[in-house]
Amino acid sequence: MTATAGRTLPERAGVAARMREAARDDRPGTAGTRRAFFLVMLSAAAAVFLYPFVWLVVASLKPRDRTFADPFLPWPHPFAPENYANVWDAAPMLAWLFNTVVVGVMAALTVTVSSAFVAFGFAYFRFPGRGVLFGSVLATMMLPAAVTLVPTYLIWNSVGLTGTQVPLWAGNLFGSAFYIFLLRQFFLGIPRYVFEAARVDGASYLDLFWRIALPLGRPALIIAFVFELKASWFDLMKPLIYLQDPALFTLPRGLKAVVDQFYQGGDPKWEIVLAASVITTLPLVVVFFAGQRYFVQGIATTGQKG
Amino acid sequence: MARPLSGLARHEARWAYVFLLPWLIGLVVFQAGPMVASFVLSLTDYDLISRPKFAGLGNYAAMLEDPKVGRAIGNTAFYTVLHLPLALVISLLLALMLNRVTGRAAGFFRTVFYLPSMTPYVAVGVLFLFLLNGQAGLVNQFLGLFGVDGPQWTTDPAWVKPGIVLMSLWNLGSTTIILFAALRNVPHDLYEAAMIDGAGPWQRFRSVTLPMISSALFFVVIINTIAALQMFDQVYTMFFGNQTAQHSYGDSALFYVVYLFQQGFQFLHMGYASALAWLLFAIIGIITIVQVKVGNRFVYYEAEPPGGTR
Repeated sequence: MTATAGRTLPERAGVAARMREAARDDRPGTAGTRRAFFLVMLSAAAAVFLYPFVWLVVASLKPRDRTFADPFLPWPHPFAPENYANVWDAAPMLAWLFNTVVVGVMAALTVTVSSAFVAFGFAYFRFPGRGVLFGSVLATMMLPAAVTLVPTYLIWNSVGLTGTQVPLWAGNLFGSAFYIFLLRQFFLGIPRYVFEAARVDGASYLDLFWRIALPLGRPALIIAFVFELKASWFDLMKPLIYLQDPALFTLPRGLKAVVDQFYQGGDPKWEIVLAASVITTLPLVVVFFAGQRYFVQGIATTGQKG
Repeated sequence: MARPLSGLARHEARWAYVFLLPWLIGLVVFQAGPMVASFVLSLTDYDLISRPKFAGLGNYAAMLEDPKVGRAIGNTAFYTVLHLPLALVISLLLALMLNRVTGRAAGFFRTVFYLPSMTPYVAVGVLFLFLLNGQAGLVNQFLGLFGVDGPQWTTDPAWVKPGIVLMSLWNLGSTTIILFAALRNVPHDLYEAAMIDGAGPWQRFRSVTLPMISSALFFVVIINTIAALQMFDQVYTMFFGNQTAQHSYGDSALFYVVYLFQQGFQFLHMGYASALAWLLFAIIGIITIVQVKVGNRFVYYEAEPPGGTR
């Protein structure tokens, strides 16, 4: 209102016309058609993104000689569910699934607790060197994993732990920059008087962490946990480097072995490769649907890549 | 710092370091230490069995002579240059469309777009070996519907990298979510003000949307570049590790980290691999610095950066 007050009459008329025009954008009819248009476009895009999944599942349920046949038929014909019975015989999928869960839970649990511990230190305390040390957290985010690959291997080698699953998760005992950053932000959001009140009641610093920060930080802890579970479930490089015994393989490493054996070469067993791929993927998709809002929130706030 | 700490403050500081201890140990043992060790190793010949031999800058000189280093850098650069703009434009289009429908529908489509990102990279590589199969893969059968004779994506050296780019565009979930979140943070009254001033849809996008999401765009560019330069899992799954297979595609899929991995852990050239790692570190560092310098000229920051918590 005040913006138009000082203007001449024709100017004001112009502004009024533009406002009418602007208002027209919000008329139900136009907005409705536009929305419908975008819904159609999004559905087309969704079909493109989803169809590879459909193809994967369908092809994994077809006999070998039909793997590439009828690629646009969205159900398996002929139906060959026995592929999923045969895959367990072709490769120790169950052991790999078990290994993946164990390594994933260890990795996620250790990184969540240790990162929360460190994050609480940064969020609650004031101490000399805090800025520099927190800077070191941010700096390590920029350090490419490839740079430390060889020396890290030499460390695990020197303590005799190569060939075991320990190197796949034990590095997480010392926290990880992304999660420390995320959890510190979250802890900073807890009103300080909550901690001060507990201090007055005689709580120790460990109590503050254990009884206040951790319970209140639950949403952020879940974000860290599911992201690390996913990262561990994705990891191919570390199992390639550290594991030789197929009995210790995780699913990605196992799937790589399955592809190498059954995709090319004299005796291709495509249906086995495809069924193994579905088994590798499915548990994570279930985790995703269970913890969806944590994933979305986590990506939007930390910009996790993955 | 010159101020002496009171008794309470000293007590607090001591506890602070207790909480920071895991990080400090990790920093020394798994970050800073290996970084320095990596550099020292890069000056040696080391095969894990015999003692490391000092080689001076020999490894770095060897890298200049090694044609595979050039191939690996070329392949990785080719991929990054193709992947980055395509990924950005498509993610931005998806995010803009999500922002137009909002509500439950947007939530549904966001889930769909993120779903491919929940597929482990090895499984993605396997899936695209099938989809990109030159004879009978889904992609070429789809192109066939339009009378296009699709290329041999997985065997023709000229088409291997475009195929990898195509595969990478299936994984746009996080980028789309970040951009969508940024779009939702653009204050609505800015658009209203722009409309009152007579700005059309393109002008509103140019002068309101882009500046307001520029910090998110900038962030996504940096993260995606660093990830693209370190591409490994999918490519290794598709094209490496199988000694018996025929390699008609030669070195066309030799990405930088793949080569580093081969040198370090297949040929046990630990010194050479460390030198490769330091070159990668330098390349990523320089590119990031350039991006930050250029970015700061274009990125519009409010008093508090959008998204706040970053």
